[in-house]
Amino acid sequence: MAEVDDGAAAPVSEPLDLVRLCLNEVVFVKLRGDRELKGRLHAYDSHCNLVLGDVEETVYVVDEDEEGDEMVKSIHKKSEMLFVRGDSVVLISPQSST
Amino acid sequence: MENGTLTQGEGRDPSGFLSDIIGSSVTVKLNSGVVYKGELQSVDGYMNIALEKTEEHVNGVKKRSYGDAFVRGNNVMYISAD
Repeated sequence: MAEVDDGAAAPVSEPLDLVRLCLNEVVFVKLRGDRELKGRLHAYDSHCNLVLGDVEETVYVVDEDEEGDEMVKSIHKKSEMLFVRGDSVVLISPQSST
Repeated sequence: MENGTLTQGEGRDPSGFLSDIIGSSVTVKLNSGVVYKGELQSVDGYMNIALEKTEEHVNGVKKRSYGDAFVRGNNVMYISAD
């Protein structure tokens, strides 16, 4: 009766276990292109495709004011449900730990 | 035989280095230039990374901190043991 998974005692034996522990929790997701999401993680897979509910998306854009000074502006969008394609994911973190 | 030191002794390879530094504090740099400093929890074959007590640095300025953080492997430029 050899145990295939000897990491059963450790809650995080591979990085995706950290994402598994976030299921049904609110997570912070950093995406490519200066975008961030906050929402409840309903599902994920090994590509980091994500299904998030009650999502708030923040987009950071560089804006120029009248004097030509660059300033970063953030735009907020809300969506009820969002499917995120894994290749744009940079970082996932449980929101409670930020 | 002069080149003996260049052969792979004891089967060391890059992933051996990664498993050796699990649990220690590391610096992870992404292709975007963003740097994460934290305790390395685990790494997999895609170089996906789980970090603990993570600090995010952008242009040398600390931006954020995370208790736990999962970084998708394709974004990683390097991992360095501090």
